[in-house]
Amino acid sequence: MSETLDKPTVLNVVGTRPIRPDGADKVTGRATYGADYNMPGQLVGRILRSPHAHARIVSIDASRARALPGVKAVVTSADFPDLASEMHDGGEAASNLRDLSLNVMARGKVLYDGHAVAAVAAVSAAVAEEALSRIKVIYETLPHVIDVEPAMSPDAPVLHDHMFTEGLETPPTTASNIAKRHKNVRGDVDAAFATADVIVEDRYVTQAVHQGYIEPQACVAAWAEDGRCEVWSSSQGQFMVRTYCAKVLGLEISDIRVTPAEIGGGFGGKTTVYLEPVALALSRASGHPVKMVMTREDVFRATGPTSGAVMHVKLGALSDGTITAATVELKFQAGAFPGSPVGAACMTALACYDIANFTIVGWDVVTNTPKTAAYRAPGAPIAAFAVESAVDDLARKLGMDPIALREKNAVRDGTKAAYGPTFQNIGYLETLAAIRDSDHYKSPLKPNQGRGVAVGFWFNVGGESTAAIHISEDGSAAVVTGNPDIGGSRASMAMMAAETLGVPVERVRPMIGDTASIGYSMLTGGSRTTFATGMAVVQAAEKVILDLRQRVAKLWEVSVDHVVWRMGQAECIDPAKPDKKPMTLAALAAQSGRTGGPISAQVTLNAQGAGPGFAVHVCDLEVDPETGHTSVVRYTAAQDVGRAIHPSYVEGQIQGGVAQGVGWALNEAYIFDRDGRMENAGFLDYRMPVASDLPMLDTIMIEVPNPKHPFGAKGVGEVPIVPPLAAVANAMRGAIGLRMSSLPLSPPAVLAALDSRKG
Amino acid sequence: MAHVVVGSDCWPFTGGTSTFDVEAATVRELITALDVQFPGLGDFIDKRMAFAIDGEIHQDAWFSTIGPASEVYLIPKIGGG
Repeated sequence: MSETLDKPTVLNVVGTRPIRPDGADKVTGRATYGADYNMPGQLVGRILRSPHAHARIVSIDASRARALPGVKAVVTSADFPDLASEMHDGGEAASNLRDLSLNVMARGKVLYDGHAVAAVAAVSAAVAEEALSRIKVIYETLPHVIDVEPAMSPDAPVLHDHMFTEGLETPPTTASNIAKRHKNVRGDVDAAFATADVIVEDRYVTQAVHQGYIEPQACVAAWAEDGRCEVWSSSQGQFMVRTYCAKVLGLEISDIRVTPAEIGGGFGGKTTVYLEPVALALSRASGHPVKMVMTREDVFRATGPTSGAVMHVKLGALSDGTITAATVELKFQAGAFPGSPVGAACMTALACYDIANFTIVGWDVVTNTPKTAAYRAPGAPIAAFAVESAVDDLARKLGMDPIALREKNAVRDGTKAAYGPTFQNIGYLETLAAIRDSDHYKSPLKPNQGRGVAVGFWFNVGGESTAAIHISEDGSAAVVTGNPDIGGSRASMAMMAAETLGVPVERVRPMIGDTASIGYSMLTGGSRTTFATGMAVVQAAEKVILDLRQRVAKLWEVSVDHVVWRMGQAECIDPAKPDKKPMTLAALAAQSGRTGGPISAQVTLNAQGAGPGFAVHVCDLEVDPETGHTSVVRYTAAQDVGRAIHPSYVEGQIQGGVAQGVGWALNEAYIFDRDGRMENAGFLDYRMPVASDLPMLDTIMIEVPNPKHPFGAKGVGEVPIVPPLAAVANAMRGAIGLRMSSLPLSPPAVLAALDSRKG
Repeated sequence: MAHVVVGSDCWPFTGGTSTFDVEAATVRELITALDVQFPGLGDFIDKRMAFAIDGEIHQDAWFSTIGPASEVYLIPKIGGG
């Protein structure tokens, strides 16, 4: 279902639903993922991981492993340079290279269960596993801390002796686990609360959850005798892998070539490196290519989940529903190194609301858990769970419809966002209206059912991208970009190129180049690729068209201004040359050698002006009062998508975000034992929703075009995961009559809440 | 003069001050001007902050233009998942 505002000019390809270019390979098993790469003579790499949540490494003795026949190399932190603390741009934003290196391979201390301490390369998996068992590591265990509030306590075990809290008015004199405080203030919040007619407040808790991509991290690395390296890996950015490998190993960028594999899901979790530097180090030590593939247990224990959090929200409103005051405090687990998404959470927490007085404080706190990594709209779903739950309670207290309350306080064009900038060209009100007017929202509920509404915001970003278009001699086109396709970008690139060139999309082949074949591109993430890389593709197509018009102008002996490009062919509009018949792209391509050589264009850019995304969701769920089991029975998600380039992919992004958010709300959580070891590092015990757990997820696409993009595209992949946590929790509030403010809303928790109601 | 607003990330450099009026026609000029006023702030904001110029976010874009009456919010660089 799609609602279009400000109708565009007629488009022939954009907005249609062609067959996806990666579809056949994926459904036939032909697609080549990271684990599918193999090289002659390759070894198997395995990692020895810490069994302790926090311990000092006293010694590592690998002599018995090295002596095992078939073992070709063993590496530890001694095989990696000891990097200084330095922020470096490589992924989406600057990362601390020392922290990155220490996360790849522990040095001196292990900071979480699963932290890598050594790695081996051997002729077989069995030999590699046996070698790991022969490495003797002597640990001095240290007290550990898992949860965020205990980690903030003055008597908590400190993970990093050198870490002093940033962002305080008075710099601290002692180290702590609090890496940073964020603060954002507007107006006089105390005075506003003093005059509020209605106040709600609560404490909210979420657990660490994993991105849950189907494909574990995998790579093959080959270090040649001349010092040049090749890496084949599954990631969200081959250039990110190249940069981080070079930095972690002290190599030159020019010595590394990274080829992106097909990717089986990332959701932000593959925006950093874990295996690639280790595989390269093993290849250097052994002289053989080395293949490394994580197990699912490795993925859970050693790759980034997103944060668990404890939050406090207080809202004040006038009796007419005007929200006049808000305080939001967010405490986020960062994992073993600083860098939780609490900064983004602070900026998004109140982004949907026009509130005159507020204080938002966020705390970035290290804990003895895996270093957090990005997860769709990092931080925003967590903050939205707290804020949207409070807004729901406020609506109940005011006796207002929850959408009417949100409409009354909604940001719109010209509103200064809570995080600073002034909104322009946003479709939030239209998105709210779409849910308000939907059949779903008007439908009756059955016994034991509840309905919840929640909204969400995400910035979306642009950034650096490269795109090249090469025209073949038959007039078909190859579109090459530097962005791995994690959500349908190949289809959208081909469609935008086809639309611009005026050719059928089937005549355009989208490809993803390796780091030596295409110019630099920031990684695929932040919902930036269709916007930014798509802009580069369109501009490259326009360069091709200009080249074609110039060639035709010479053939026809007319001014280039008298050659126009329409529907895939050059047409003469010179009134003095009425006899010139149109020339198709295929005809021009066939004689390109005679008119100047191959037809090709490349564009590099740093795209600015990405339009933000807004989402409004409504969820109906049903609770079994005897078991506490919860079923989502109906779900509708409306979203401002700018312009849907390939509507099926946009719907898929929305549905995927909802599915992940529902799992986050109902079941998912990292569970640790008293020693800080993860107890549910597998999909049998870490419960993610599967297709049979969910109803058809309905979508409503609101199209408020982004004027900065040639077709109006906005990023669509982040914001659909923002509202579901609160939408589910608010539906639960409706179903059982109690506010459950701690996720997940698992059957035992629901049953306990129901029992408390009886008591 | 452009009106510049910074958040808590920049307070260690500005001593807690949040707003300034700065003569700058581009992001790069703004970075330079703020670094002169608050030594170290220029490098920090160049690496860590994005610039919301009259509501539109510009990231790693030295040559983005700033009008004489522009409002520029400095916000942490934004990534995603």
